[in-house]
Amino acid sequence: MEAAEESSLTFHQGVKDCIPTLLGYISIGFAAGMIGVASGLSVMEIAFMAVFVYAGAAQFIICGMIAAGSPASAIIFTTFIVNLRHFLLSATLAPHFSNYSLWKNAGIGTLVTDESFGVAAGRIFNGRPVNDRWMNGLNLTAYTTWIASCVVGALLGRWVADPEKFGLDFALTAMFIALLVLQIESIKASKLKHYLMLIFLMVAAMYLFSAFVSVDLAVILSTMIVATIGVVTSK
Amino acid sequence: MSINMTILLILAGCAVVTWIPRVAPFLIVRNLQLPDVVMKWLSFIPICILTALIAGSVIDNSGAATLPAINWQVLAALIPTLFVALWTKSLLATVIFGIVVMAALRNFV
Repeated sequence: MEAAEESSLTFHQGVKDCIPTLLGYISIGFAAGMIGVASGLSVMEIAFMAVFVYAGAAQFIICGMIAAGSPASAIIFTTFIVNLRHFLLSATLAPHFSNYSLWKNAGIGTLVTDESFGVAAGRIFNGRPVNDRWMNGLNLTAYTTWIASCVVGALLGRWVADPEKFGLDFALTAMFIALLVLQIESIKASKLKHYLMLIFLMVAAMYLFSAFVSVDLAVILSTMIVATIGVVTSK
Repeated sequence: MSINMTILLILAGCAVVTWIPRVAPFLIVRNLQLPDVVMKWLSFIPICILTALIAGSVIDNSGAATLPAINWQVLAALIPTLFVALWTKSLLATVIFGIVVMAALRNFV
């Protein structure tokens, strides 16, 4: 039955499953475009960044560092650290796509985001199948929406002096909260206590590591350590 | 519509260092069967990383203090947003509510 569900999973279904996350992409894209303009970037440069970097939090940071006149090496290194978490996201998803060709894998991997990961991992977590068409529908919908939103944000940005006033940047955190709740919801009652303990440990680890390293590095370190604790303490 | 060459090179560099960690696992995993313990480890990543990203938005370690500061404004928006997420189980409702609460906090508090 699961195989039947997998082979009938369409690109169109991927597009549909992306829709609930689109408001997040749109509001964060608007904010990213507006902040890009405020940082002195042109609309073309903002579009280039949306197409080739395609990472919400990193785009904010890049704009801020360019505005501050940071050296290129520092901007690129910071971007690397901020986006290194994608390695963990991709490593989690990749085993479910290993039957497909190299090019398909590269295409899927290139467009992995926190949100598309959240939607796909939520499906996998619930024991439901995923396939290439579905993942491409999910990814491409998010990708095109993101580029369009950044460009529209950049065009609007000329008239908006203080984008933070609209609370758009918080859409990112709100989306992470919803994705986390949707994941927790699917956990069996017998395992819930274990996961809640891990969540508590994550918060503590984040706070402690942030005292010594950047928050982005703390995200990676805390996740790796607490996932290990998860393996050791499970059963 | 202008493109500054230095900015373009910076953005290109950022694109490359973002792309490699994204795509590398997809290329590696095709040629190797991951052991069960690694798969199990990976199964904990979604919950851990989402928690980390949420916690990270509340933590402000830009100051000089030894311990990181708490961004109370974000925390004040985060708690009701969490309840709305638990109550509605809806991405869309949670995001809309979060934006409205944050806008209200920034404009009226």
